[in-house]
Amino acid sequence: MEITQQDVEKVAQLARLAVSAAEKEIFARQLTQILGHVDTLSQYDTAGIEPTTTVMGHVNVFREDLVRPSLSSEQALANAPEREVDGFVVPKILEER
Amino acid sequence: MSLHKLTLCELQKQFQAGEVTATEIVRAYFLRIGHVEPKVKAFVTQAKESAFMEAEVLDRKLKGWRKTQPLTGMPLAIKDNICTDGVSTTCSSRMLQNFVPPYDATVIAKLRAQEYILLGKTNLDEFAMGSSTENSAFGPSRNPWNLHCVPGGSSGGSAAAVAAEECVAALGSDTGGSIRQPAAFCGVVGLKPTYGRVSRYGLVAFASSLDQIGPITRDVSDSAFLLQAIAGHDPMDSTSVDRPVPDYMKALQKWDLKTVKVGVPVEFFAEGLDPDVEQSVRAAIGELKQLGAEIKEIRLPRTDAAVAVYYVIATAEASSNLARFDGVKFGFRAKETKDLLDLYMKTRQEGFGPEVKRRIMLGTYVLSAGYYDAYYGKAQAVRTLVCQDFDAAFKEVDLIVTPATPTPAFKLGEKSEDPLQMYLSDIFTISVNLAGLPAIALPCGFSKEGLPIGLQLIGRAFEEETILRAAHAYEQSTQWHLKKPTIR
Repeated sequence: MEITQQDVEKVAQLARLAVSAAEKEIFARQLTQILGHVDTLSQYDTAGIEPTTTVMGHVNVFREDLVRPSLSSEQALANAPEREVDGFVVPKILEER
Repeated sequence: MSLHKLTLCELQKQFQAGEVTATEIVRAYFLRIGHVEPKVKAFVTQAKESAFMEAEVLDRKLKGWRKTQPLTGMPLAIKDNICTDGVSTTCSSRMLQNFVPPYDATVIAKLRAQEYILLGKTNLDEFAMGSSTENSAFGPSRNPWNLHCVPGGSSGGSAAAVAAEECVAALGSDTGGSIRQPAAFCGVVGLKPTYGRVSRYGLVAFASSLDQIGPITRDVSDSAFLLQAIAGHDPMDSTSVDRPVPDYMKALQKWDLKTVKVGVPVEFFAEGLDPDVEQSVRAAIGELKQLGAEIKEIRLPRTDAAVAVYYVIATAEASSNLARFDGVKFGFRAKETKDLLDLYMKTRQEGFGPEVKRRIMLGTYVLSAGYYDAYYGKAQAVRTLVCQDFDAAFKEVDLIVTPATPTPAFKLGEKSEDPLQMYLSDIFTISVNLAGLPAIALPCGFSKEGLPIGLQLIGRAFEEETILRAAHAYEQSTQWHLKKPTIR
């Protein structure tokens, strides 16, 4: 399947990843090539085969809802790219009307 | 003998007997690092100051009452995608260049409880995505056997550090071969445990259904010794499995392989296998037979599908796992952005390197509306077939022997422009992750150019003892592990 630069643009938007014109061209070519290889999977008959999501047969694991030691807000904020006293700083989300 | 020449088990014995101090060990290792690291470039971060401090504290404490843990004073290197409290953990990415974790991964907490000494954090392909360390944002590591060759990846820094004797042993992580392939390329021993055997808590997630932490060591005994320290159930990782951890060192006491049935899958000896690799691996199979194993030809017919299945499932999981890097709570943030969406998009554009972006794109594509069933659903179903191949094989044999890689280490730059070729070089290791099985790579010879060749032994789920026992018996009868590189 041919991946076009428009496809790349759409997927990049979904992935919240800005791509340059050069990247669009490269990704279109490389994704076409890689998905071409992935298409070889169509030779395997998987009718009635259960998909594998986990190999060890894990089921949901529950635990008691207990108070446990956790990070202090100072520790949690220590790696923030931008912060105020007690919180993370982000650009304004809601516009005034 | 210089301290850096000793294996983990040898050094441990000397230290426990009081023949050497922790400070002497740390001094010997930083001397060694000073000599070879400018050439090998295995480390992203060296923890010199804290290592000397920890050693001094240990030595003072041990002067009085000598109560030690198995790993007390042992100098290890840790792959830089495993969180270490207070020591930066970069994943070799610009995105996490300044990230200092506020907590330890469970494996680190276990090593710390045993009083190990952290020498430093080792280089990797960015977010463990790659097979050569060339995708590191901080430049590639080199293969100690030939500095023009890659050490493999993604745990290339850990494997190179062990091979170059810059640490006594190391931890890596393996999603599609990232412990075994670099171990093979660098002539050391790399073990990927069964999925769920070792906690993934604090391992920066790449593909959660495939990732597993494991030891990279100089020989098989060291591998068993270090696995012992990190294995076990962890309430912080709901995919870790609650079953007893056997005594792995005890498994090594049996030296012959009588009653062990070894399968040789014909699909792994096909076109594209380097003749030197084939010759060494065939000789190794002969050696296993000499040791008493019954050799049997088997089939894993869906081997060809593994790379395609892997690059759908791993990238799908990665695209989801890496969504957290948005420039808000930690990590890199792009400057001068006009709104929140712009902040996300530019942060990710500037923070991630090309391979990580490629995989996010691929993973997002195969999960997107209209393609989910055709790609992701299909890959999960074929994954079931790959698992069924192994199930059928393990009804007939106790372990499977294969080459670890189709070729010895390739040259820097040789494959970096062709992602599909790079992906296909993982063909022998990937199916093991898809099935969640344990596997070990260990040295079994050298190419004409003098590069190490790796043998892979694959076991049933949770039968690490069987592969360790067979690997140990083979190692003792061949001694390939005693050859060391001259770094120049």
